[in-house]
Amino acid sequence: MWRDAVLVARRDLRIELRSRVAISQVGPFAVLVLMLFAFALDPDRGVLDRATAGLYWVAVLFSGLLALGRSAAIDEADGVREGLRMSGLEPGGVFLGKAAAVAAQLLALEVLLGAGVVVLYDAEPAGPLLLVATCLAATAAVAGAGTLYGALVAGLRVRETMLPLLLLPALAPVLIGATRAFEAALDGVPADGWPWCGLLAAFAVLYSVAGALAYGALLEGQ
Amino acid sequence: MTIVSPETPTASPDAPTGTGSPATRVLGGLALAAVALAALYGLVWSPADVEMQDSVRLMYVHVPAAVFTYVGCVITTVASIMWLRKRTAGWDVLAGAGAELALVLVILTLATGSLWGRPTWGTYWTWDARLTSTALLAVLLTGYLALRRLDLDPDARSPRVAILGLLLVPNAILVSRSVEWWRSLHQRATVTTLDPQIDGDLLVALMCGFLAMALVFVWLLVHRFRVGWLEHQAGRLDLDQALADRRAEGRAAVAGTAPDTGTGPGTGTGPGEDTGPGEDTGPGEDTGPAASPPASSGTGAAPAPAAPAATEVTA
Repeated sequence: MWRDAVLVARRDLRIELRSRVAISQVGPFAVLVLMLFAFALDPDRGVLDRATAGLYWVAVLFSGLLALGRSAAIDEADGVREGLRMSGLEPGGVFLGKAAAVAAQLLALEVLLGAGVVVLYDAEPAGPLLLVATCLAATAAVAGAGTLYGALVAGLRVRETMLPLLLLPALAPVLIGATRAFEAALDGVPADGWPWCGLLAAFAVLYSVAGALAYGALLEGQ
Repeated sequence: MTIVSPETPTASPDAPTGTGSPATRVLGGLALAAVALAALYGLVWSPADVEMQDSVRLMYVHVPAAVFTYVGCVITTVASIMWLRKRTAGWDVLAGAGAELALVLVILTLATGSLWGRPTWGTYWTWDARLTSTALLAVLLTGYLALRRLDLDPDARSPRVAILGLLLVPNAILVSRSVEWWRSLHQRATVTTLDPQIDGDLLVALMCGFLAMALVFVWLLVHRFRVGWLEHQAGRLDLDQALADRRAEGRAAVAGTAPDTGTGPGTGTGPGEDTGPGEDTGPGEDTGPAASPPASSGTGAAPAPAAPAATEVTA
């Protein structure tokens, strides 16, 4: 299963690197979202300072939706899904590979957005260990849940509207947990943030296991 | 109301043929009586609360509705698990019925909660943990039902909705826990939704509300399940009818071209099918009126459309 996961992850990442959609569209969109927040919340009033953690994770979620949509779209062209079904690859491995590829893109996006909030919002990074752990756990959670929900709506004509409707409410705990953990790190009280990091890790494990088990049934039904 | 006649060849003997039965009529009568009792106790016989005044009467609907919202969610998740194990349409229909009732009740919960909150808290909405998680549950249920409503082939739709239904209760728990932690870390709840030192009459009124809600919930669930089941049966009938029509057209086309191709009449069973009269094309394929089992899988409807179709083509 792990060998299949590596195979699928390398394939997805190779396609993304060659198509350059993530670099040329998703990245600039993420930076644009940060700028829109600054337009909506006057930077001189201090609202951006207080809301940096929340705005950062909202930007990650919105931009991540594009990456998740791309990940699902890769398998829809040229009968790739049928090819995957017939290939003999473990469905669980396919799921983990796709989730890992999405996670790699999200991590790159988070680094870009992190630089963005430091430059644009004048945020000062603190509590690096908690920040990194939160990013890793939240990324795994978003990638796992997003890949599973992406498979649920794969092949539908209304995929673009159904994915956010199904995924965003389910990701509410991730948004809350990641934001609170970031706030604790930035406020210099990391001890308050570790329980939230634990919640994110539990969410990631739940969705990774559920996705690995359910992906076979979803591939069969498409 | 009877929708499918018992004489219809496709209906199995134990399949429901309508949405009502003697048992559900009794249940409906009991539900009506319980609603009347709850209304009398809640609105007339029970006193107003010392602090909440008459707005406490909303609690007799609000609390049972909230509890049965979760019952509906659990039914959906359990039925989804059973569908993934058994792959039978009944579990799929039950999961949908549970989610629909849960959505209706969660909206009722939010509406009565807001109405109660206005005089008690001074606002229709506050970012209280329970309100927020209930609103998110409503969105989760809306998404689930939106996926169910898509016009998809049942084979493509059922696994998707079953997995989404399976995740419904874990999602609801995660959302609820995270929102409660979120609010408890930042602000303590200033008002509880129900005084634990509840007065005797108020408690009886609340119990009447629970009884009425339980009976109405079961009654609605049974009827919604039966409507869903009949929809499923009707979908199958449409498919069987379409298959029978296409086969009839095929037979008519073969019969019409038989003299040109030299194939003897009566030996052709359709394009691509075995032409040997004694060799069946398979258990699911109807090769003609004589080979059609009258009550097997709905293909018994084939003879009726076959005759006019053949007449039309050969004429």
